[in-house]
Amino acid sequence: MGHVGRTTLKMVEWILLIGVGLVFVFPFLWMFLTAFKTMPEVYQFPPSWWPESWQVENFRKAWSSGPFLTYVWNSLVVAVGTLILQFLIGVPAAYAFARYRFKGKNALFGLSLIALMIPSQVIFLPVYVQMSHWGLVDTLWALILPFGASAFGIFLLRQSFMQVPDEVIEAARLDNASEWKIMWTIMVPLAKPVLVTFGLFSFIYHWNDYFWPLIMTNSDSVRTLPIGISMLKAAEGGKQWNVIMAGNMMLVFPILVVFFFAQRHIINAFVYQSK
Amino acid sequence: MARVELNQITKGFQNQTVVKGVNLVIPDGSFTVLVGPSGCGKSTTLRMIAGLESVTSGEIQIGDQVVNQLPPGKRDVAMVFQNYALYPTMNVYDNIAYGLRNRGTSKKDCKILVEEIAEIVGLTPYLKRKPSQLSGGQRQRVALARAMVKKPKVFLMDEPLSNLDAKLRNQMRVELTSLHKQLGSTFIYVTHDQVEAMTMGDQIVVMSEGNIMQVAAPMDLYQEPENLFVAQFIGSPAMNIIPSENDSQTLWGFRPEKALIMSDAVTTVSTNEMITLRGSIVSREILGADSLYYVETGKGRVVVKMDTDQTVELQTSVQVCVPYSHIYEFDRDSGNRVQRREGKPAPTLAGGMV
Repeated sequence: MGHVGRTTLKMVEWILLIGVGLVFVFPFLWMFLTAFKTMPEVYQFPPSWWPESWQVENFRKAWSSGPFLTYVWNSLVVAVGTLILQFLIGVPAAYAFARYRFKGKNALFGLSLIALMIPSQVIFLPVYVQMSHWGLVDTLWALILPFGASAFGIFLLRQSFMQVPDEVIEAARLDNASEWKIMWTIMVPLAKPVLVTFGLFSFIYHWNDYFWPLIMTNSDSVRTLPIGISMLKAAEGGKQWNVIMAGNMMLVFPILVVFFFAQRHIINAFVYQSK
Repeated sequence: MARVELNQITKGFQNQTVVKGVNLVIPDGSFTVLVGPSGCGKSTTLRMIAGLESVTSGEIQIGDQVVNQLPPGKRDVAMVFQNYALYPTMNVYDNIAYGLRNRGTSKKDCKILVEEIAEIVGLTPYLKRKPSQLSGGQRQRVALARAMVKKPKVFLMDEPLSNLDAKLRNQMRVELTSLHKQLGSTFIYVTHDQVEAMTMGDQIVVMSEGNIMQVAAPMDLYQEPENLFVAQFIGSPAMNIIPSENDSQTLWGFRPEKALIMSDAVTTVSTNEMITLRGSIVSREILGADSLYYVETGKGRVVVKMDTDQTVELQTSVQVCVPYSHIYEFDRDSGNRVQRREGKPAPTLAGGMV
């Protein structure tokens, strides 16, 4: 291929990348701009790009329309609590699946993979009944416990544990390390990129989750941020899109910040590297 | 320090027995090398001593203790692996200290011990580095330091030098030998490289297909091989094997460096002092100080090693002469050495008094 041909190819590649990038960035940009507009601007046709004056007021309105501090706290407790539980259950499970030979191992691993394929909408009813039996409906536990064992997490961690050379584990055994110690001091640090990625996915999923809290909670004191924000629609009467988008900005902002700082880890987790 | 004893050790995997009833005594403080071609069971034997592999039957004793049921960490052994097996997320200091910490050594003692060992192996400037920031030779030193710091009864080494380049390997060989002298501990060393075995070991165990073929000191192994396998495995190039002249049940062997090439013009015949094989040179390898000549004779192709002071051209018709004193006799079926009766095999010609 000639020099010109290669340059053309590079340009096509760039144009495609920019195009795809725009498709993903546009909704965020629109949300961001809308959050700062006035009501008339939101409904104006043809729509305008930039707000005439930046309405920080929208954020104050959204925040004071309900107990948002409670929502944020609940969202944090649910997302972090779920993550910790998933971590405590997932690491030993993945270590066993990756490193031990025992009866029924494949069947059990298959079973946990099946869990990966069933959406929560299919099982929410029996889980709800179970939670209500235990008297946990309308508590934060109902939002945390059902997600304690993550098939996706176990799967990812198992893959990563399987890549650790046998000799490293054997060396640790000769160094008088217990299995427990090997798991936490050798395996987990090696799986750091995978753990970070999984942690992000899990955190984002539970931070954003709308369906499950909607079903499991009835009172403001245990509601999470997404429910609070969706209630902006109802509470204010009429669709104040600028206020709703301001609320959404508050929902998305922490995630964007985390994503920004953890980018490198996410890429590392999906690209095999030998170090 | 301890002696290690293996009694009738067998290891089977599913449908295959890889170690077949091995009996071996490794004396306290010895440098014992297990050597053999790949798949001969040497690594499995070492791993059973380490406790990384269970024993199918038999008994392993370290010191006065039967260790069959002890986990690896409780056997008071340390192992150096072929690929170093360093902990990738820990720096050099933590790599060396890991075993001490698991034993409950205090932080202060840890620091003293690690720094002392680091000084010995020359790692002091690198204690804060991660293994990925070290060269192959430095990683090897970390692996050694990690083993040494525990002051184990027995050092186990599984081909520790095979990932190093030739120059570094020679250097480490010397260092390991002097380290052994310095520490005085028992070393058990696995390699497939006979040069490593001969240069480092004071007791060499030659293994083949799960059996021990011979246990001896390096020179004894070279001079008095007990069977065809050892004769051909030890020494480079390998011993020449030809059918014997007077007995179809035996084979003769002679080392390439013990034969002589003579011009065809000189008339010699097999006497009671030497045998003579007629043939022509088909190939020649010049190694520098020595040359290898491949000679096609009536009894098969043989190799002769000679110094390069005089060279012989290809295709030349020559005679290969081997003194009887350098001929080894083996049983054709069992491969075992036939002990020479009174110095030499029955002469083919009646000759003068020798």
